[in-house]
Amino acid sequence: MSQPILEVKDLHVYYGAIHALKGLNFVVQPGEIVSLIGANGAGKTTTLRAISGIVESTGDILLQGQSLKTVKSYQRVSLGLAQSPEGRGVFPQMSVLENLEMGAYSRSDRSEIQKDIQMCFELFPRLQERIKQSAGTMSGGEQQMLAISRALMSRPKLLLLDEPSLGLAPRIVSQIFEIIKKVNSQGVTILLVEQNARMALKVSNRAYVIETGEVTLEGRGQDLLNDDNVRRSYLGV
Amino acid sequence: MEDFFQHVINGVSLGSIYALIALGYTMVYGILQLINFAHSDVYMVGAFAAYYSAQFLGISEAPGISTLVILLASAMIGCSLLGLMIERFAYRPLRKAPKLNILITAIGVSLFLEYTAQVIFGADPKVFPTVLKDSVIVELGGVQIKSLDVAVLAITLLMMLALNFLIYRTKIGKAMRAVSTNVVVASLMGVNTDRIIAFTFIVGSSLAGVGSVLVGMKYPKIDPLMGMMIGLKAFVAAVLGGIGSIGGAVLGAMIMGLSEEMVVGYLSSTYRDALAFGILIVILIFRPSGLLGKNTVEKV
Repeated sequence: MSQPILEVKDLHVYYGAIHALKGLNFVVQPGEIVSLIGANGAGKTTTLRAISGIVESTGDILLQGQSLKTVKSYQRVSLGLAQSPEGRGVFPQMSVLENLEMGAYSRSDRSEIQKDIQMCFELFPRLQERIKQSAGTMSGGEQQMLAISRALMSRPKLLLLDEPSLGLAPRIVSQIFEIIKKVNSQGVTILLVEQNARMALKVSNRAYVIETGEVTLEGRGQDLLNDDNVRRSYLGV
Repeated sequence: MEDFFQHVINGVSLGSIYALIALGYTMVYGILQLINFAHSDVYMVGAFAAYYSAQFLGISEAPGISTLVILLASAMIGCSLLGLMIERFAYRPLRKAPKLNILITAIGVSLFLEYTAQVIFGADPKVFPTVLKDSVIVELGGVQIKSLDVAVLAITLLMMLALNFLIYRTKIGKAMRAVSTNVVVASLMGVNTDRIIAFTFIVGSSLAGVGSVLVGMKYPKIDPLMGMMIGLKAFVAAVLGGIGSIGGAVLGAMIMGLSEEMVVGYLSSTYRDALAFGILIVILIFRPSGLLGKNTVEKV
């Protein structure tokens, strides 16, 4: 097997006295879509935040074999890591275009940035219609599209998506998941955190079930969809 | 009527100076949600930096454009370095501490600067160098437009345009806006947030430096406590306009400058300071977010 793009080893995170992640281990192989599923408060978002370096953690995180222990969060972007955060986190007072330009902050190749902006508009034609509009005035679905596009603007090797379906209408949700598959087919590895376990498992190659800060189950997306425990706990069947 | 126009000119001139200082408060607040009480003392140090460099270069009695430029540059450099040091050594170690701790630190830094300055510079007032000759440029039916007022207004305008360009047209300005909206997301975009915060202190402090030279030019008496009252008024101006809002700071400062001048002109100069704080009280009661303060709506 080739070198994993992401390796998480014995990851611990504390919020004060709360032990949020209790020795998490998982890997993501190049080209995969991997989901982390689990209930509210299981530690999924915390895991992504630790990978991006915006919460402190112990243990080790390796990106293409390189330890991120001493790498500051802003430096991780140029190593090929991008995150579309929970709640989308678009800059509301900035225009769509400015938000996309912020996504390309770590780059300086202007003509390539222009090309990538066009690429985002091909993925989400809605964004092009709203290029000058300030992001805060857009609908939740449009903001999600913008957040994903903005994360793609750094040309990541590994894209972390935190709850891309949160609060969106079902039709928009399936549209977003179509785009996730498309982005993946263009060579971007994806680590997905989702409450919508059914949707996530359908598009994922593999998935990990997280409960109270630990991985309790892992497997291929399709297998987990048929797993009795998963069906009872997360699919409501 | 002539009186009125004269008061308008004086008020705009005073407002410009408040604006330069208010911008420093509002920018730092925008990026750290911190009222930087030490800002008024950075302004004071700017005046002394200009004073001592004039002494050193022997241009205390050589009014002219070159003197103006040299004094502006030395005040801006002095203020930037001080602002940078305050950020680095007083505020950055507390980045993750509760906001109240940082606020108390800001008051501490302010007192530290005021009394260290009394030790170093002496408590007695000093005479600021003559920067420009104060001559009447135009006289229109009894209204005098003086060179100092023109200089104050021109320099302020230039600074505003430069600031506007910096914030809305450059990459670093975009990063400043990003950090002020959401520090965490900005660092997810690859922004070195500490560096942007430090840069914001440099910009805000240099503007205070410009303000200090303009004040020294108009009211040539400087002392280590000179920042207290003008700093408070600039702070009120920033709150009036909506703290965190760049346009608001300028608007608030102009309102403050004009109304203060009108009170002095038509009522009594006794009420000059009462007015500033009267405005603050009224704003806090009726529109706490200020005139142009932002009410952000978060979509879920």
